[in-house]
Amino acid sequence: MNTLRELLASLHGRSRVLLALLLLGLLVVPWFLNAYLLTLAIMILYLAYTGQAWNVMMGFCGQLSLGHALFVGLGAYTAAALLFHFQIQPWAGLWVAIGVCVLAAAIVGALAFRFGISGVYFALLTIAFAEFTRIGFENFQWVGATGGLFLKVGQREHIDLLNLRGPPIMFYYVILALAAFAFVFSGWLLRSRVGYYWQAIRENEDAAQALGINTFLWKMAAITVSAAMTGVAGVFYAFYYNNLFPDQVFHISSSIEIILAPIIGGLGSLFGPIFGAAVITVLGEGITNLVGALGFDIPGVKQVFYGVALMIVILFLPDGIWPPLARRLKLGPRSGR
Amino acid sequence: MTLLSVESVSKSFRGLRAVADASFDVEEGGIVALIGPNGAGKTTIFNVVAGVYAPDSGSIRLGSERVDGLRPHQVCAAGIGRTFQVVKPFAGLTVLDNVIVGALKREPRVEHARRDALGILERIGLAARWDQPAASLTLPDRKRLEVARALATRPRLLLLDEVMAGMRPTECDRMVEVFQALNRDGLTILLIEHVMRAVMALAQRVVVLNHGQIIANGTPAEVVRDPAVLECYLGEEAEV
Repeated sequence: MNTLRELLASLHGRSRVLLALLLLGLLVVPWFLNAYLLTLAIMILYLAYTGQAWNVMMGFCGQLSLGHALFVGLGAYTAAALLFHFQIQPWAGLWVAIGVCVLAAAIVGALAFRFGISGVYFALLTIAFAEFTRIGFENFQWVGATGGLFLKVGQREHIDLLNLRGPPIMFYYVILALAAFAFVFSGWLLRSRVGYYWQAIRENEDAAQALGINTFLWKMAAITVSAAMTGVAGVFYAFYYNNLFPDQVFHISSSIEIILAPIIGGLGSLFGPIFGAAVITVLGEGITNLVGALGFDIPGVKQVFYGVALMIVILFLPDGIWPPLARRLKLGPRSGR
Repeated sequence: MTLLSVESVSKSFRGLRAVADASFDVEEGGIVALIGPNGAGKTTIFNVVAGVYAPDSGSIRLGSERVDGLRPHQVCAAGIGRTFQVVKPFAGLTVLDNVIVGALKREPRVEHARRDALGILERIGLAARWDQPAASLTLPDRKRLEVARALATRPRLLLLDEVMAGMRPTECDRMVEVFQALNRDGLTILLIEHVMRAVMALAQRVVVLNHGQIIANGTPAEVVRDPAVLECYLGEEAEV
């Protein structure tokens, strides 16, 4: 509660009101959406959440992961397999999933940070881990290998939160809660000691060390926290879609999808990933529908849009869309973060 | 009492001896300047003391504690703060946040660290720019920020690597006053400096380095008269 108050206190009055209105709107809006738009809203919040998780590592601490699908996949498969084989309920499986993701992150981090692998080479390492895990799962018969792992869809009528079974609107509120939690949690992290240390490491690692920061330790903290958060998204993914294929969850395109929202919205900013998720999903879907309505059938038009959007943002708005927009609208934290 | 003791330290890079068998002490509460021509090994000595490199041989003590071979963050924890010759500000953070990062070493609570940091900015003359991004500072102000950040870690010994370079004489004199005041409060300082005006005003002892070897070690007045120092570094004009 204290944290929340501090976070709110750091915002301008206007942003506080707008944030409250946004939350209120998000609480009410699903009742007015049709099935398609509800799916879209869930997609936006999912990308906002995973973007927030990835942003902890890259936006705050400056460690570029291009393999975050690894953690989505491990989280998803762990929780799904526990239910499938041992009838362990998702809320219990969640903690195992988090544990598995933290362990995987610790291995990647220890290998990379111990030997001073950074920048592009670190990014390549994260891709490599995601890719060989994908290949491993494609041959992992216990979870269905390439054939996929399917959860019983069960009932879709009444809400069974305990077993994560229910209509899409339940999943909407679950992912909304996750996204809201990630927003507050990231804000708290950024304003606490660890946030200062992460930003120092991002800005200049040598100087950070000279100021007494054990950069190895704090980079390990960044990757494990980010992985734990991303693993939770994986659990959500598993129970929302009910089917898992290594070629989808671990695929590099799924890693790319995670990083689009924070990059387009604004790296290192708190609201950037949320804003970015809304922008890319709405525009991406809009363009796909438009092209379809015009009678063309172009597969991959959304990916082309992602690429173009990324190029435009990197060329003209290297800080992302949100920070300059927030300044223009006189919103956002007072410190300018 | 000796605070920093450098004993027979050598460091080579791929066969090039950057520092050869260097020994000198810094007294508790003293100010010692390390001078010498470019490439003499001054910054290498700093980096060895600060833990960036481990020495090939020799030992370094802070008080009674061996600090050679420690990692930079451990050296900082032991009580040695440093600035970088090529400034390394956290460019995306504000001036205050830069200093808070340092202050968190001794004050883990952010609001306490913030108070500490503001006090240091006041002292160093950067308080007016506290909310500017560090990237927007002029070079002299960036040098001040380096000092403020290092001070925030509450070092017993402060290593200053050419912080006066590029400052106008008036700015330089103001910095000298700041360091004198800090020294009066008990801070021990080891500085690398080319600005002789600052060296003469600050240093109680001067260590002269050439080709990795210490060729003179004495009071400023002694050193500027030393023929070997004049020949390799200061030249004739310093005799005036």
